[in-house]
Amino acid sequence: MQELWVIITKEFKHIFRDVRTLLILFGLPTVQVFLFGYALTNEVRDATIAVWDQSHDVTSAKLVNKLLASDYFKLAGLPQNYDEIKDGFRNGDYMLALVIPANFAEDFNKGQAKVQLLLDASDPNMANILASYTGGIVNNFVVQELGYRPPYQIVSELRMTYNPELKGVFLFVPGVITVILMIISTLLTSIALTREKELGSMEILLVSPLKPAIIIIGKVIPYMLLSFMNALLILTLGLLVFKMPMLGSFLLLLGELLLFILAVLSIGIFISTRTSSQQVAMMVSLFALMMPTILLSGFIFPIDSMPLPLQIISNIIPAKFFIIIIKGIMLQGVGLEALWQPTLVIVGFIVVFTLASVRSFKIRLS
Amino acid sequence: MPEPLAIEAQELTKKFGDFTAVDRITFTVKKGEIFGFLGANGAGKTTAMRMLIGLLHPTSGQARVAGYDIYHDTEKIKHNIGYMSQRFSLYNDLTVWENMELFGGIYGMRDSEIKQKADEVIEKLGIGRLKNRQVKHLPLGFKQKLAFSVAIFHEPQIVFLDEPTGGVDPIVRRQFWEMIYEEAERGITAFVTTHYMDEAEYCNRLSIMVDGQIKALGTPGELKQELNSKNMDEVFLKLARQQS
Repeated sequence: MQELWVIITKEFKHIFRDVRTLLILFGLPTVQVFLFGYALTNEVRDATIAVWDQSHDVTSAKLVNKLLASDYFKLAGLPQNYDEIKDGFRNGDYMLALVIPANFAEDFNKGQAKVQLLLDASDPNMANILASYTGGIVNNFVVQELGYRPPYQIVSELRMTYNPELKGVFLFVPGVITVILMIISTLLTSIALTREKELGSMEILLVSPLKPAIIIIGKVIPYMLLSFMNALLILTLGLLVFKMPMLGSFLLLLGELLLFILAVLSIGIFISTRTSSQQVAMMVSLFALMMPTILLSGFIFPIDSMPLPLQIISNIIPAKFFIIIIKGIMLQGVGLEALWQPTLVIVGFIVVFTLASVRSFKIRLS
Repeated sequence: MPEPLAIEAQELTKKFGDFTAVDRITFTVKKGEIFGFLGANGAGKTTAMRMLIGLLHPTSGQARVAGYDIYHDTEKIKHNIGYMSQRFSLYNDLTVWENMELFGGIYGMRDSEIKQKADEVIEKLGIGRLKNRQVKHLPLGFKQKLAFSVAIFHEPQIVFLDEPTGGVDPIVRRQFWEMIYEEAERGITAFVTTHYMDEAEYCNRLSIMVDGQIKALGTPGELKQELNSKNMDEVFLKLARQQS
C-alpha cells in the first residue's frame, strides 16, 4: 500500500509541475463548456431579413411588425425588386427575404393571401430553421387577424418533450463532459505512461520490487480523480450557468460517470502498452479516438441520420453510450431500469481493454 | 568453503527470432567485486544485463543473482539489486530530496530510514543547498553521482550500472569511480557496462563481449598479457580483429 501511495504522490507532482498538463486539465474544460454553450448553438437570434412590401397597407405592415417584434429577426433591407434581393443575398446582407405581393390586404380578407419567402440555403440547416420560424409566425398572425382558425387547415401542435425550449446547450453539456473525459483520461494517461517508457524510467520501476499493476494503478489514480473533478466542474457549470435540468438520480449519474472514466482510462492504458513514444500515443489518442468520438457519438450529428455503415461503426464508440446515459438521467429522469443496456456496454469496454492491456504488457516483458 | 558468488551465469542465451543476441555466456562475479562488462555497441551487453535484472526472459541457460535463480526468484532478486541505466537516472521535475524519497519508498523503506539515509547522501555529495532544487537544474556530473547514490539507496547486494559515465567529463568520471570503489569496499558488488576502455582498467575483473559471445575474461593485467598488449584499447582491437 505504501508503494502505491508513493507512485500516486509522484504522479501528482508531475502533473502539478507541468504547465501544459495543467492547461489541458483545467483550462480546456472551462473554455469548451463556454464555447459550446454560447457560440455553437442552433438557436436563431437576430437573423437578418429583407422585406419587399408591394402592398403597403395596414395588414402587411402588421405582419412585418409581428415578424420583427420577435427576437428572431432583424430588418436588414427594403429591396424593391427581385434583382435587388438577389444582390442582397450575394452580398450577405440578409439570410431571408419576405415578398408581400400587391393587394395583400384585399386578398387576405378574401382568405387567399400569399406571401413568398426566399431563403439563402447555402447553410441548409439554418434555412430550414428560419423557414419554419417564419411559417409559425405567419400562421399565428393569420389566426390573430381573423380571430378564428381558417377552415380546411391542418395545424399540427408540436410539443417538444424533455427540452421544450430546444436549448442546444442541453445536448452540448453531456457532449462536452464526454469529450473532456476522453481527452483527459485517454490522452493524458497514455502520454503519462509512454513518457516513462520514453525516458527509460519505466525500466527502473520494473527492476524495482514494485508490481507492474501497482505502477499502472498508481499512475492512473490521479488522472481518475482529476477526471472526476472535471466532470463535476462541467456538470456544475451546466446546472448553474446553463440551467440544465437534473431530473434523475444524481447518485446514479456519478456512478455512471465513474464507470465511463474507467472505460476511457482502460483505453488510454491500452494505447500506452502498444506505443512507445509520447508522440505516437498522442496521435492515436487524438485522431483514432477524438475525431470519431466527436463525429460519431451523436454529440454533434444525430446517429439516426448517418449512413448504415457509420451507424454500425458508432457502436464501438464508448462515448455514444455514455451520451445516451447522461441524457437519459439528466433530461428524461430515467433510472437504471432504462439504462442497463448502455451501462452494460460500457462495462464491456472496461473488461475488454483491461484484459487486452494486461496481455500486451506481458508480451512486452518477455 | 568456496568464496560466495554474487552472480553466476551458465550458458545464458537470448534469441530474438533467428538472431542470437547473447550466445551461451558463462561467467561468475564474486561478492564485493567490481566487474566490468565490456563490448561494442550491439555486442549484447545490455541484453545480457536485462536478463540478469529480470527485464527479459532468457531463451536458455541458467543464472543466479545474489544467490537466487533468475527464473523462479525474480522477486527476491529485485529486492537485492540496484540499477542505474544510461537512459534515465532521476526524475527531472522532482527535487533531489523527492527523488530519494521516491526511490526509498519504492523499495519499501520506512520514512525514518529514508530521512536518515538521504541526509547521509546529501552530506557525502556536499549538495545541502541543492536538496530542494529540481534535478533538471543540477549539473550533469552531480546528477550522475546522485543517480548512483539513489541506485544503492536501499543498500542492495549488487548494483548494475549500465554505461553510467556516458557523456560525463573525465574529472567527474574519476570521482564516480571513486564512489564505486568506496561502495565495493563496503561489500557491494558492482556490475558495470561501459565502452570506455580506460575505465576497464579500474575494474577488478572484466569480460569482453563480441557478437553475443564472451571472448575474454580475467583481470585487466591477465588480459593484457594474454593478448600481448600494452593497454586495454589494444586488447579490444585484437579481439575484434580475431573475429573478422
